[in-house]
Amino acid sequence: MPIYLPIAEISVDAFLLVGLGGLVGILSGMFGVGGGFLMTPLLFFIGIPPAVAVATEANQIVASSFSGVLAHLRRRTVDLKMGLVLLAGGLVGAFLGIQLFNYLKSLGQVDLLVKLSYVAFLSVVGVLMFVESLRAILHARRSDAVATRRRHTWVHALPFKMKFRTSGLYISAIPPLLVGMAVGILAAIMGVGGGFIMVPAMIYILGMPTKVVVGTSLLQIIFVTAFTTLAHATTNYTVDIGLALLLMAGGVIGAQLGTRLGLKLKGEQLRILLAMLVLAVVGKLGLDLLVEPLETFSLGGGGE
Amino acid sequence: MMRRALALLSFIALLVPAAARAQEAVVAGMSQNRVSITANFDGSEILIFGAVKRDTPPPPDKPLQVIVTVSGPQKPVTVRRKEHRYGIWINTAAVEIAAAPTFYAVATTGPLETILDKDEDRKYKVSIPLAIGDVKMPEEGADAQAFIQALIRIRTRSGLYQLKPGSVNLSQETLFDTSVALPSALTEGRYTTRILLTRGGRVVDEFRTSIDVRKVGLEKFLYTLAHERPLIYGLFSLFIAIVAGWGASVIFARLKQR
Repeated sequence: MPIYLPIAEISVDAFLLVGLGGLVGILSGMFGVGGGFLMTPLLFFIGIPPAVAVATEANQIVASSFSGVLAHLRRRTVDLKMGLVLLAGGLVGAFLGIQLFNYLKSLGQVDLLVKLSYVAFLSVVGVLMFVESLRAILHARRSDAVATRRRHTWVHALPFKMKFRTSGLYISAIPPLLVGMAVGILAAIMGVGGGFIMVPAMIYILGMPTKVVVGTSLLQIIFVTAFTTLAHATTNYTVDIGLALLLMAGGVIGAQLGTRLGLKLKGEQLRILLAMLVLAVVGKLGLDLLVEPLETFSLGGGGE
Repeated sequence: MMRRALALLSFIALLVPAAARAQEAVVAGMSQNRVSITANFDGSEILIFGAVKRDTPPPPDKPLQVIVTVSGPQKPVTVRRKEHRYGIWINTAAVEIAAAPTFYAVATTGPLETILDKDEDRKYKVSIPLAIGDVKMPEEGADAQAFIQALIRIRTRSGLYQLKPGSVNLSQETLFDTSVALPSALTEGRYTTRILLTRGGRVVDEFRTSIDVRKVGLEKFLYTLAHERPLIYGLFSLFIAIVAGWGASVIFARLKQR
């Protein structure tokens, strides 16, 4: 069923978009990532102009992560207090990130720098996570004892301690603030929601239980993407509400299903799947840089 | 005296083709002079037809040819090129084209290069490369053509640029018709339609009209809202997102209770 999108100015198949939204929604509910990394290339592929794809997807992610957060709240797997601390750091980070982005832009060649550091960063995170979760799975198989991951690191030696009941943590507020800030900076520079970076950081730096991490990350993502949506809508007029609605229709349902699927899995199983997803994304980004494109020319809007 | 006679002769010689030009004229029509973009718009086909009006019988030596062009609004476009540097593919050069038609179709009765002289082509800007406007080169201006060719290649692939020789039917040098397919990815605006009559490569008559491509109904409402009340539009989008997320959650919770 073809639908003409008012802002993208192109006609696309409605069912295809609902399906895409659903697929990405499942990942979102399962892993606590926004799914923009996957949606952007898919939308480019069907011919949606890049600026519209990026802006509209932010709006869709608001819907699917809200749907996911509600599902997690019902199961008490959202650490609201931790979410708020991370958010406070995130807002500061986003503000700093925009300044940094403009500075880098004035130096030129910022795209490439961002892409390369993104690939490098994600591949390190992906590999570390893969190795760690694989080890945990093997370990759990050998001895049936439940592996408790309670380590005392530098994180526990800092002042301003707070109790995060849902996560079962009693740690300083400084690490979550810093993690939030770092993710905010990265999100602003790379134009991604930051779930990919947030989730591993919460698991490995803050030591939160994997199940709580997913819901708490989604809580963050709602705010970040809502802000992004408004920014794009008011400065570039590139949010396509028709496209967003179709993606949302699938996305909100997918997020509910994804949450259920995620809760059926063990923490380390979830982590290894996420690690594989991260590595797949890195592989795709890397291939784009290494393999000769079919068309070496590309078109963009004027006046850039 | 002799000089003046020569000047007069050449003046008359100049006048003759002009007089001949007026002898044949296009009378044309279209199946529609407006295209409305609605929510289920999926491209459109426009039928362009007409007749050639003439006072004297047509000259037998040079056959009449018809060229029909449809051109969308002109918009700036940036063409980027990737190159292999340090082992990876990166954008290295960009060319800004100040004005290129968002849509351009040329339909003719025969191969364009045989039915239209080069200088007439330049004058009337008929062929696709000539229909593309000013090109600004940032640095070395040697290979601007490569960028223009790339633009044409990419837009031809997506059906936005069309060159269709032989797609105009002409019967008895009088009646002609053709159809032009407008793709679904259409930019709003005034689409200029031109019909050119040529004989022996020279343009005999030119006729212009236009098609108005407009969004209507909901499409128009949303587009206007997004551009004129961006904050309200943005908040509205967020509101819908929240409602959709909440709705799905409630429905799933109900399903589970059963």
